Amino acid sequence: MTTGRNRARWSAVNALVLLYALVPVAWIAALSFKTPATISDGAFWPRRWTLDNYRGIFANDDFVRGLVNSIGIGLISTAVAIAVGTLAAYAIARLAFPGKSLVLGVSLLIAMFPQISLVTPLFQIERGLGLFNTWPGLILPYVTFALPLTIYTLSTFFREIPWDLEKAAKMDGATPFQAFRLVIAPLAMPGVVTTAILAFIVCWNDFLFSISLTSSDAARTAPATISFFTGSSQFEDPTGSIAAAAMVITVPIVVFVLLFQRRIVSGLTSGAVKG
Amino acid sequence: MTARAGTAARTPSEGRRAERRLGWWLCAPAALVMVLVAGWPVLYSLLLSLQRNDLRFPDRRAWVGLDNYATVLTSPFWWQAFGLTLLVTAVSVVLELVLGMAVAVAMYRTVVGRGLVRTVVLIPYGIVTVAAAYGWKYAWTPGTGWLAGMLPAGEAPLTEHWPAVGIIILAEVWKTTPFMALLLMAGLALVPEDTLKAAAMDGATAWQRFTMVTLPLMKPAILAALLFRTLDAFRVFDNIYVLTNGAQQTSSVSVIAYHNLIGGLNLGVGSTMSVLIFLTVALVAFVFVKGFGTAAPGRDPEGRR
Repeated sequence: MTTGRNRARWSAVNALVLLYALVPVAWIAALSFKTPATISDGAFWPRRWTLDNYRGIFANDDFVRGLVNSIGIGLISTAVAIAVGTLAAYAIARLAFPGKSLVLGVSLLIAMFPQISLVTPLFQIERGLGLFNTWPGLILPYVTFALPLTIYTLSTFFREIPWDLEKAAKMDGATPFQAFRLVIAPLAMPGVVTTAILAFIVCWNDFLFSISLTSSDAARTAPATISFFTGSSQFEDPTGSIAAAAMVITVPIVVFVLLFQRRIVSGLTSGAVKG
Repeated sequence: MTARAGTAARTPSEGRRAERRLGWWLCAPAALVMVLVAGWPVLYSLLLSLQRNDLRFPDRRAWVGLDNYATVLTSPFWWQAFGLTLLVTAVSVVLELVLGMAVAVAMYRTVVGRGLVRTVVLIPYGIVTVAAAYGWKYAWTPGTGWLAGMLPAGEAPLTEHWPAVGIIILAEVWKTTPFMALLLMAGLALVPEDTLKAAAMDGATAWQRFTMVTLPLMKPAILAALLFRTLDAFRVFDNIYVLTNGAQQTSSVSVIAYHNLIGGLNLGVGSTMSVLIFLTVALVAFVFVKGFGTAAPGRDPEGRR
């Protein structure tokens, strides 16, 4: 692996991987900067650059409302999933009690569950309860799908915390709360942050629940809003607007993922490999 | 935590009982959410699937036994969608496994630019599926797209069955290969370097080392990744909705069930499809776990604490 030929070969492989990941994203970005006149010229890069597509979507109330819904619903769902999931993950990592594997088994089942199987009954149940087309109506299924991931990832992180430090801190005269706040919480925080990011991505990425359980922009999230962009009213041709909107909902997540790359990798793989 | 520390000092049996109770209490909120928002709807869809329940004709509601199942299971549209879903699932998971393994080995073995590759490869994972799907859609739209521009003039791949299926698979594979690669890379880390060196000393070629040492040792990680991705691919919806919306007979089971609910407002038939999809997924998971001995990810048999 240290020879020059090997190095060159791996560099070529790396370049391929980079192209693989970047080209489709660069294409959407390029599309979003094209002017209406050049958008259908078939060239990869724009011949004339414009920011009009971005100005257009931020002047579009439906899209802005969709973004607000996405952020609000995503944050609340993540917070609830983390709060509820932390308790369960702590119990699973630290306590011995019957039914532990049942909780893990059920959450695994839900993680693999086809969302469409929940959509039809939830559509009917939420209409009956008046939750259809409201924030709680989306928060409920989002929490349910983020929760299994939270429990899995967090319980793996919690198992790796050296809990003896808590005892040591208490022997040194710390109160239980001090031991938690000064010793355990800082150790647990990275795992919680990583899990929160993964849970938020799950909620942010959803499309099926959002188009099925909403009927107006009262709760419709951004990915669903984009799919309702049409060429008729504000926009002549929705291509540029859709590309710009796609970039707007993608860039924050990609930045997050890149910033927390190392932790996200450990979070994604933690539950999956230790068979 | 404080409760446990307080009780553990007393007699062991009492401490254990307190620990057990605390465990239950801590899991109760999570269990409650999962039962109410997942368990109850599943039971409810089972009930709905036994009814004639069409929101356009509310007064014609009645219990009809297994009639809906007969309707769905004799419908050519259902079987068309079912077959397509199986095809897309099988082809994309196989491609992802091969590509993902290549990417995993590249990320694991490479020395130069390792951090960059490991970071950039996460971009497809982070991108919103719908956003990426629009990117693919426009890339293949004649006139607009750079990929369509490479085809002979007059070709519109998204308006023909097989090309459209190919693009759906492409979109799926592109988005999820990085996830597969990460799972497989974690599996690669489980293969002891010494074993590989020993095999090399015994004269095994790089390919032999990979197929005869690395792959068998990685089997649990591969099976877990396959299970994850198979069940995930089976629910394919976003890409198809954006790329073709089910035109040219490219509906997956999720797409056809969605159209039955939102377009058709037929709760009985929609629920029947939901139940059938759920049963299929359960069957696939069962085959993986019992047939191949896939360990459920995150299981902790020795109850380490």
